[in-house]
Amino acid sequence: MLRFYIKGLFRDRSRSLMPILVVAIGVTLVVLMQCWVTGILGDMIVFNARFATGHVKVMSRAYNENIDQQPNDLALMGTEQILLDLENEFPGLEWAERIQFGGLVDAPDENGETRTQGPGGGMAIDLLSPSSKEVDRLNLEKSLVRGRLPQVPEEILLSDEFATKLEVEPGEAVTLITTTMYGAMSITNFTVSGTIKFGAAALDRGGMVADISSIRMVLDMQDATGEILGYLPSGDYDDLQAAAMSAAFNDRHSDPEDEFSPVMLSLREQGTMTMMLDIMDYFKGLIIGIFMIAMSIVLWNSGLLGGLRRYGEMGLRIAIGEEKKHIYRSLIVESVFIGIAGSVVGTAFGLFFAALLTKGIDIGGMMQGSNMMMQAVMKASITPDAYYIGFIPGIFATALGTALAGIGIFKRKTAQLFKELQA
Amino acid sequence: MKNGRIITIDNLVKSFPIGGGEFTALNGISLQFDKGEFSGIVGPSGSGKTTLLNILGSLDTPTKGQTNVLGTASTRMSPKVAATLRKKHIGFIFQTYNLMPVYTVFENVEFPLLLLKIPSAERKKAVLEALEWVGLSDKIKSKPPQLSGGESQRVAIARAMVKKPDLVLADEPTANLDAENSHHILKTMEKLNYELRTTFVFATHDDKVIGYLRRIISLEDGKVVSDAYVKK
Ligand SMILES: Nc1ncnc2c1ncn2[C@@H]1O[C@H](COP(=O)(O)OP(=O)(O)OP(=O)(O)O)[C@@H](O)[C@H]1O
Ligand SMILES: [Mg+2]
Repeated sequence: MLRFYIKGLFRDRSRSLMPILVVAIGVTLVVLMQCWVTGILGDMIVFNARFATGHVKVMSRAYNENIDQQPNDLALMGTEQILLDLENEFPGLEWAERIQFGGLVDAPDENGETRTQGPGGGMAIDLLSPSSKEVDRLNLEKSLVRGRLPQVPEEILLSDEFATKLEVEPGEAVTLITTTMYGAMSITNFTVSGTIKFGAAALDRGGMVADISSIRMVLDMQDATGEILGYLPSGDYDDLQAAAMSAAFNDRHSDPEDEFSPVMLSLREQGTMTMMLDIMDYFKGLIIGIFMIAMSIVLWNSGLLGGLRRYGEMGLRIAIGEEKKHIYRSLIVESVFIGIAGSVVGTAFGLFFAALLTKGIDIGGMMQGSNMMMQAVMKASITPDAYYIGFIPGIFATALGTALAGIGIFKRKTAQLFKELQA
Repeated sequence: MKNGRIITIDNLVKSFPIGGGEFTALNGISLQFDKGEFSGIVGPSGSGKTTLLNILGSLDTPTKGQTNVLGTASTRMSPKVAATLRKKHIGFIFQTYNLMPVYTVFENVEFPLLLLKIPSAERKKAVLEALEWVGLSDKIKSKPPQLSGGESQRVAIARAMVKKPDLVLADEPTANLDAENSHHILKTMEKLNYELRTTFVFATHDDKVIGYLRRIISLEDGKVVSDAYVKK
C-alpha cells in the first residue's frame, strides 16, 4: 500500500517536485548557516583560545574580577610553584604564562627627543626559551610583515599598523613608558625587531608583543604573572574536560575568602566567551526555527493547492472504502518522504556550498573599529551536525504543512468531497 | 428480511440545509432490492437520484427513516463501518471515470484489492481477470490520459468489479460516452450481472441505459412515482 502511494507521489511531478524544491532550498540554507555559524564559532574559539583565554586560564581571583583593566597590581604571585602544581595535577597539558601590559610608546628622533608617541597594549609571552610553543601558537612567523622575530629580550614586535602610525621601522628604537606592578614609573628602551599583522582588529590597532622575561623586569613582576593559559593535549577545546579541570583545580587551590588565591576558568567560563557561545547556540536554534516555520507555511499552502487538485482522488478513495483517517495518515507519510527527499537534496547542496566557503570570506573591512577578538576571514566549517541538522526542519516542516493542509481538506464532509468528485 | 433481499429503504427523508432553511431532496422513499437485480433510478435532473445512490453507498446518511444495505442498518453506520461496507461489498462507477492519472490501468484496478490487503499473486490474477471482462487486457500498462472515454469507463467498471462486490452503484455511467461505447459497457455490465449475480443500481436519464434495465424506478421531486419490472 505504502509503495503504491509513494509510486504515485513520485510520478506526479507537481505533487513531489515543487515541495521537494521548497524543502531543498530551505534545507540548503539551514545547512549552510549551520556550517557558517560553526565555522565562525570554531575559528573564534581557536583564535580566542590562542590569544586570550587558553582552554583554561589561571589568574588570581582579584585579577579575574578586574580583568578589563589589565590589573597587573593584582597579578598572581608564586607562579613557579603554581606551574609545578599544574604540571603535576594535569599531566600532558601545556601551560603558558602571559602578562598583558599597556603603556605609552615613544619613538625618539636622533637627538633622543620625542618624535611620535602613542598608547599601546601588549602581550608578554615566552618568545625566547627553546621549549616555548608560543611563537607557533600565535602564528608569529606567518604574521610578520616586516623585519624578524625578537632574538634577545631587548627586542620587541609592534603591530604593523602601530609601527606605521609611529613611523618606526624595524631596527629603530622605541621607549615603553609604563608603571610597575607596585605603581612605580618605568621607562625601558626596546629595539623594534619587526612588525606583525594578526588579522584581528583588536590586536592590530596598538599591539606589541615582547618577551616575558624583559616585561617581568619592566613591571617588576618576578615570580608573578598575569595569566597562566593551559592547552589540552589534543589541541582542541573540550568544554566538558575543561570544566572538570577547573572545578578540580579550584576545589584544591582556590579560596573564595582570599582574593589573591588562584582561580581556573574554562574558555566558556571566561567573560565574553560565555555570552558568545550562548548566543551562537541560540542563533542556531533560531535559524532552524525560522526556516521550519517559513517552510511549513509555504508547504501548507502548496499542500492546500495540491489538496484541491486531489479532491477527486480523495473522494474516489473514500468511495472505494478507504477511511478518512487512513487517507490523512497516508498524506503525512507521503510528506515525510518528500521531506526526506528534499532534505537529502538540500543537505547535499548545503554541504557543497559550505565546502566552497571553507576557503573563507575576508571581512577585514567590516571589522575595523571592532573590539571583538575575531579573525578577519570568516570560514564555514563542516561538522557531523551539518549532515543531519537540515533533516529536522525539512521533515518537520513538510509533515506540519501537510497536517495543516489535510485538516483543511478533511474538515469538509465526506459527501461534499464526493460531490466535488462528481463535478 | 426476505431471502435474497439486500437493500431495504424505509420512509427515507433527506434534507440539506440551505441558507436559513432546508431543502428536502428525498421525501419519504420506501424501496427494496433483491440480489441480482439490474435496476435503475430514473428521473429529471434534480429529482434526487444521486442523493439516493450516495445514501445507499453509505457516503451520506438519512435525515429521517432508515436503510439497511447488505445487513448494515443506517442507524448503526459509523464512518468506520461505512468504510468497511464500501471497501468489501460495494463498487462505484461514476459519470466522470475518476481514474487516478498517475497510475497505470493495472494499478487503478488493483487499488481496491490493495485496500483489502489481498496478497500480490491473487491480486494480479483478479486484476487480469477483471480487465479481461471489460476487454482491456492489452492496455494494462497504459495510463488513463492515453485512453479513450469508453476505455476509461471500462477501466472504472473493472475497478468496481474486481473485488466481486455484492452491489454496484453506477451514477450516469454513460453520460460521457457515445452510443456505441454506451452499449458496449452496458453489455459488459449485463454480462457480469449474469455471471457473478452482482446487484446493479443505476442512476440515469439516458434512454440507452434504460433500455437495458429490468426494473425502472422513477423519481420526481424526491418521491417515487413509479416502480415497475420490465418483461423481456
Ligand atoms: N449537499 C447539498 N446541499 C444542498 N442541496 C443539495 C445537496 N446535494 C444535492 N442537493 C439538492 O438536492 C436535489 C437533488 O440532487 P441530486 O444530485 O440527487 O439530483 P440528481 O437527480 O442526481 O440530478 P442530476 O440528474 O442532475 O444528476 C437537487 O435540487 C440538489 O440541488
Ligand atoms: Mg446526479
